[in-house]
Amino acid sequence: MNGTTSTEPVLQIDGLNISYFTRAAEIPAVIDFNLTVAPGEAVGVVGESGCGKSTVAMAIMRYMGSAGRIMNGSIRFKGRDMMEMSDEELRDLRGSEIAMVYQEPMAALNPSMKIGRQLMEVPLFHEPGCTEDDARRRAAEMLANVRLPDAERVMEAYPHQISGGQQQRVVIAMALLSNPSLLLLDEPTTALDVTVEAGIVQLIADISRQFGTAMVYISHNLGLILETCDRVAVMYSGEVVEEAPVADIFDRPQHPYTRGLFGCIPTPGRDKNARPLKPIRGRLPLPHQRPPGCNFGPRCDHFEGGRCDTQSIPLEVSDDTRGHSVRCLRWNEIDWSLANTGVESRPAPEVGEVVLQADEMQKYYPVHDRSLAAILSGRSVRYVKANEDISFVARKGQTVAIVGESGCGKSTFAKVLMGLETATGGKLSFNDDDITTKAIADRKTRQVRSLQMVFQNPNDTLNPSMTVGGQIARVIRKFGVETDRAKVQERVLSLLDLVKLPRDFAKRRPRQLSGGQKQRVGIARAFAGNPSVVVADEPVSALDVSVQAAVTGLLMDIQREFETTLLFISHDMGVVRYLADRVVVMYLGQIMEQGTTDEVFEPPYHPYTEALLSAVPIADTSVEKKHIVLEGPLPSVLDPPKGCPFNTRCPRKLGAICETERPPVHKTVNGHAIACHIPLAELESYEPVIKTAAE
Amino acid sequence: MTDQTFETGPGGAEERRPNALIRGLKTLALLRESWMASIGIGIVIFWVLVAILAPVLAPYPYEQQIGPLVNAEPGTCAEPDRPYFTDEGMERTTGDECYLLGGDNLGRDILSRIIWGARPILIWAPLATLLAYTAGIFLGLLAGYKRGWLDDILSRVSDIILSFPVLVLYVVLITVVGRSNINILLAVTFASAPGIMRIVRGLVLDLRNRDYVAAAQTRGESSWYIMFVEILPNARGPLIVDACLRLGYTIITLGVLGFLGLGLPPPDPNWGNLIAENRTVALTSPQSVVFPCIAISSLVLGLNMLADGLREISLKD
Repeated sequence: MNGTTSTEPVLQIDGLNISYFTRAAEIPAVIDFNLTVAPGEAVGVVGESGCGKSTVAMAIMRYMGSAGRIMNGSIRFKGRDMMEMSDEELRDLRGSEIAMVYQEPMAALNPSMKIGRQLMEVPLFHEPGCTEDDARRRAAEMLANVRLPDAERVMEAYPHQISGGQQQRVVIAMALLSNPSLLLLDEPTTALDVTVEAGIVQLIADISRQFGTAMVYISHNLGLILETCDRVAVMYSGEVVEEAPVADIFDRPQHPYTRGLFGCIPTPGRDKNARPLKPIRGRLPLPHQRPPGCNFGPRCDHFEGGRCDTQSIPLEVSDDTRGHSVRCLRWNEIDWSLANTGVESRPAPEVGEVVLQADEMQKYYPVHDRSLAAILSGRSVRYVKANEDISFVARKGQTVAIVGESGCGKSTFAKVLMGLETATGGKLSFNDDDITTKAIADRKTRQVRSLQMVFQNPNDTLNPSMTVGGQIARVIRKFGVETDRAKVQERVLSLLDLVKLPRDFAKRRPRQLSGGQKQRVGIARAFAGNPSVVVADEPVSALDVSVQAAVTGLLMDIQREFETTLLFISHDMGVVRYLADRVVVMYLGQIMEQGTTDEVFEPPYHPYTEALLSAVPIADTSVEKKHIVLEGPLPSVLDPPKGCPFNTRCPRKLGAICETERPPVHKTVNGHAIACHIPLAELESYEPVIKTAAE
Repeated sequence: MTDQTFETGPGGAEERRPNALIRGLKTLALLRESWMASIGIGIVIFWVLVAILAPVLAPYPYEQQIGPLVNAEPGTCAEPDRPYFTDEGMERTTGDECYLLGGDNLGRDILSRIIWGARPILIWAPLATLLAYTAGIFLGLLAGYKRGWLDDILSRVSDIILSFPVLVLYVVLITVVGRSNINILLAVTFASAPGIMRIVRGLVLDLRNRDYVAAAQTRGESSWYIMFVEILPNARGPLIVDACLRLGYTIITLGVLGFLGLGLPPPDPNWGNLIAENRTVALTSPQSVVFPCIAISSLVLGLNMLADGLREISLKD
């Protein structure tokens, strides 16, 4: 993608140091940051939360807020020193020469202004000679360029009238309208669904080709970086620890942290039993508690006392020709072939009797339309079919994953199962008890305690006003596991041991815990009553990669120990492939496909499964992937398409039959089922989405 | 800027929680973070001390009338050997009777009356606010957590109460039930509880969707437990700020009611009554009205500053 020959870099950052000033002290957030972006080049900055990557983005815009300050170093934009620029000059630069795309598209658009008007403002503001008509024409062109169909309609729409993916495309169009030399993208797809994300990622990759815009792409997701960038800088605790062309980072990582990160990512070929993930031990040091010497030292398997912890480690060029540099003293000493051992494979656990069975379970929510027209026509109540004919079984000790994008009804199913809602039809049985219409209040304590849940948001899962120990103790007393004060306390401590947290955490408040630790407490709480089924609703999606691996591993271990059935709700096909035994794929409240993990991830598969698989970014250069980008937005559950719910976006749509008739369910072996009009033989003939080059 | 979450790690400072007193003092020490809050709490503490120490601080009994000092200007001393009446009978001035803030229309010491007048204000205003809060929190939790028809009814009723001009509401209420300390307390509660209910309801609508509430529901906790143990403690931040502001409004209300002659009943002086009693002479001897007004506004200002400061501190963290 390095098409241009111009030698002057668009952006050159040298020795940048940024600190935040808080009540307590000065906190260095970014240390000795160097980055050069050539014209047309896409550079990725990747790292976990708190590593300083967003601070870098803000610094490039020279938009630091009141608490942050650039201590020293230089930022040069096309040879001009940005530190010297006046506010006036900076304002001219922002939005015209340097444009930025943020994580939340809705927050970047003005909700009370038509999209066309907002787009037109860009050329009107930055180019004095630009006329209204000219601006309108260019805005419409740019909308077509970001592959928004029906640009004219979008121009006349307000931001809330279009979907999240479309909003993000508009934001990108807005950024590109001024024809910037540098585009900053700060986690532009994190708030979007996977299939929508796939479209945006492809767009971003095309932009640098089409417009020759240099990009800085900030992300926590290595897979996305692989798909979009030429070069990548890996950050850890405020420092760049490794910088290299994107393929080199993936194929020949030299820093132990980069290596460790890859060990945490569930790539194809990983398996919870045969090749489990290897989490990085310990945790990210707080900025004011960084260790002497190498920041990664305390978590590194190759740490050498007296050497790694004495001096600050310089960024060293390890491969001059390819431009690979690494911040490690021992990068050429470590023998990686030996280092990768240490994770033992385990036999797959036994699978027992059926504990949970859903049989054509339905959950409808009534929606009351109180408009006069609706009342007159007698159609004032409509139903949202959140769950339609859900049928599957889960066995003892099994992990069943329910996969789907937002609005597919997976969380509704969890609510019905937990008894927060009751089903509208069908049957739901749990340990041979019919719980279809039993809300939580009607269930026996025995049933309540054996069906527990781990929640998604670590910051929400614990009550901020109660101590960790107090919250776990409440569950123990409530379920009558123990009543005696001392015994309850003992049980709390043993549960903390179970989730590998220090015992003195019992006295702490949730705000003193990190995200991963909170999630562990959430797991301890769920297992306090020895449940037979645990529903985990995206338990790790809000956590950092290295923490994700540790928490998933922990959940797996506990499940194995207690032979618990785990219902794992997720949108992430990577994680699902790694840990599920069976997979249920849902779309708009209906099951599209279900089967064992191997069956679902290999043809024959449902076109939606195919698209989902292709949408997941994979952090592995040896994997070849088909790109299927779904057209159109996710339909509303209030007004789902007739026939097959997927027909509006299906790339393999047959024709009218898909729009009128509910698809038949093809059943193959082992209860593998696909709901599709396409004959099974044809589905079988499809090429696999993911091919590993090595095999 | 999601990257800037600083947390205390496993190696972080171990938090000891010795006892409630020290914790309370530590929380109070947090107020130093904001100069607004510091000044605010300073003013409030000043008036509380004045009220407590009234018998010591007041230079004269508050009902002592010294005829020669009727409507006296601030700092005036009585001419010697003038007659005035006390409970014991007629006395004569010695010339040492000096009113620092002047005298009122009956020759009483304004300073002493302001000092004593702080007492009823600082007893009844917090009591009324507390009662209003108890009712408002209870109803707000119910409306916000239970939703449905209960929410509809409570919200509509509160709309109706809130749609009355407040003053009219007070006048009607107090004329109907009569003027007594308890009735004024109830009237204030009746008029402010709907506002509090709405705030609580709004907070609950947000908090009820948190995962920890769902966790409590999935383990079969009762609604009361969830409302009062899981939700309410997490709404305390905004409620404390609002309570400070509302206490200020209640003080103004008591003042206004006093001025209208519907306030806390005599003979005990309170700031509202002081203004009411002297309003006929307000133009000729302004001190008798101005100083009680300053007392009210300074206390309300103090509470407002405290509230603003608290909000500022809570946002900083």
